[in-house]
Amino acid sequence: MWEYTKKVKDFFLHPKNAGEIENPDAVGEVGSLICGDALKLTLKIDKDTGRIVDAKFQTFGCASAIASSSALTELVKGKTPDEALKLTNKDIADFLGGLPEEKMHCSVMGKEALEAAIANYRGFVPVPEAGQRLVCKCFDVTEEKLRKVIKENRLTTLEDVTNYTKAGGGCGTCIPDIEAILRDIWALKPVPLRPAEPRKLTNLQKIALVQDVIETEIRPRLQADNGDIELIDVDGAKVIVALRAMCTGCPMGVVTIKGIEEKLRELVSSDITVEAEKEG
Amino acid sequence: MTTIYLDNNATTAVAPEVLEAMLPYMSTLYGNASSMHTFGGQLGPVLRAAHEKVAALIGAEPGEIVFTSCGTESDNTAIMSALEINPHKKHIITARVEHPAVYNFCKHLARKGYRITFLPVDNMGRLSMDAFYKALDDDTAIVSIMYANNETGVIFPVEDIGTALRERGILFHTDAVQAAGKIRIDVKTLPVDMMSLSGHKLHAPKGIGVLYIRKGTRFCPYIIGGHQEHGRRAGTENVASIVGLARACELAMENLETESRHVSRLRDKLENSLLAKCPDARVNGDVKQRLPNTTNISFEYVEGEAILLRLDEYGICASSGSACTSGSLEPSHVLIAMGVPFTALHGSIRFSLSRYSTEPEIEKVIEVLPPIIKELRMLSPYGREKLSGQLCKP
Repeated sequence: MWEYTKKVKDFFLHPKNAGEIENPDAVGEVGSLICGDALKLTLKIDKDTGRIVDAKFQTFGCASAIASSSALTELVKGKTPDEALKLTNKDIADFLGGLPEEKMHCSVMGKEALEAAIANYRGFVPVPEAGQRLVCKCFDVTEEKLRKVIKENRLTTLEDVTNYTKAGGGCGTCIPDIEAILRDIWALKPVPLRPAEPRKLTNLQKIALVQDVIETEIRPRLQADNGDIELIDVDGAKVIVALRAMCTGCPMGVVTIKGIEEKLRELVSSDITVEAEKEG
Repeated sequence: MTTIYLDNNATTAVAPEVLEAMLPYMSTLYGNASSMHTFGGQLGPVLRAAHEKVAALIGAEPGEIVFTSCGTESDNTAIMSALEINPHKKHIITARVEHPAVYNFCKHLARKGYRITFLPVDNMGRLSMDAFYKALDDDTAIVSIMYANNETGVIFPVEDIGTALRERGILFHTDAVQAAGKIRIDVKTLPVDMMSLSGHKLHAPKGIGVLYIRKGTRFCPYIIGGHQEHGRRAGTENVASIVGLARACELAMENLETESRHVSRLRDKLENSLLAKCPDARVNGDVKQRLPNTTNISFEYVEGEAILLRLDEYGICASSGSACTSGSLEPSHVLIAMGVPFTALHGSIRFSLSRYSTEPEIEKVIEVLPPIIKELRMLSPYGREKLSGQLCKP
């Protein structure tokens, strides 16, 4: 169950400004039935003062979508379009005492509807998709919207982006695109891919690498538990080691050996087997 | 505010009789059945009796019952076992509408290199038998098809599937978590090799499940350790919950027919009244082949989470297949597989009744839900023109 604030519940159960203004001066529509939430915002703007005198909403969606829409109408009343445009999706969420992270996209929908309505008021013909790259096909999210929401809310992870825009929350095929956009915006370095083809190591290189991994990756961890390890021999793919100090005779020795084997398989070669030195 | 609990496919109340049977094993009789002393050892006969009682519910032999920690563990175990004992076979057949315990586990196995066939269903949630026969091949290690669907209650033709698989020597597992205790199951006549049950769906506590393994079925355990459950499931027995589940199975068996009549009468009343009072509402799933306690209704042009939270104000508990309630952003994979139109996809509500459901509770839902639907439709930008004047009769 979502943990909604008292104010979210209140605005959901007793929404303010529900409905549609007759002969509105501005209309903003976002979302769709398929996506699971949609908002139609209608505004009345006074010709003389240039201020928003009335705002109403119609919302198809969950409790937080309805509450966010209602909050938006309360926030914009009395403002000029320019003042209203300064509102952020965070202002909507803050007005409600916060929204669950996964529901932040509801506040983003409110902000979008407001922008659409004011563009409509100023006579811009909405051409939302023209010339824009659609990144998330499941939820109709363009690259422009992604970049805007990522920057405005300083989002850094894929999870955040999905929470705020829903992008990537459906089939998931756009996830690499979203990650590329995040990297581009924040100039993050991509994680280098491991070489697909296993390296061909000479025996000498293999022994050196095994030694290196044991010294840098394995030994420090064993020493942290007052244990130790000694490399005895490398015979083809077979690595023979001896457990020392507190590891000597430890009943978990088999598990430790298995762990060393996994590490060496990961970092040296997938065919490596590790054995403990035969005693005596 | 009293709670009106109509979400029994999610979990059920622990029956008072069950709790009473469990209490001694959570207080004075806390021993370990594996111990050599009498204090622990005396639990051996208690566990044996529990195997017998659970076996009786499904017509099995006590030795065919293995206690697990939950239905999910039983499902995972059955599939893994089939793969372990058929190391050369890499194909699994299941359905698009399975519970995540099977569905997501199979998707996980697909990433590990197994080939999975997810059988489609028609718009009433009925399994495509044509697709099933076509999918079978020499590489098939196991077929796992649920007995009845948790979201719609639709019952699958497990007998036909089992018969076809028996002829071909392919292992058959069925997830009977929703069916057990609600409809009569008899493995003496039903050709299944493994079957999963869950305690908390039939008035036993959470944390106890069963895997039925037919005698003579090759089996490889999933949880490795001690020799409990004849070496088929390691881990100290959850004696109290096992005893509780055994008592719950006794109760289910004694009352199965009367209970089934009771819940189906109330369910039908609820369903028919809601459909009569709310235009643009539809039942999801085949009403002819359905569990007696379940109804899944889509209210078009409204969103399920909003309906649930309004119902919550009256203490009414139900669930929804809407995206907003699933924890992900996608609506129920079951309803999507059934091709439920998108106008109805987000507004689905499942009511699932139990022996404790009462007439006044159902009447309360019939009273409060239609105005909720009407109000939410008034808030929605969709379907208004079409619905004007009759959004939902009060």
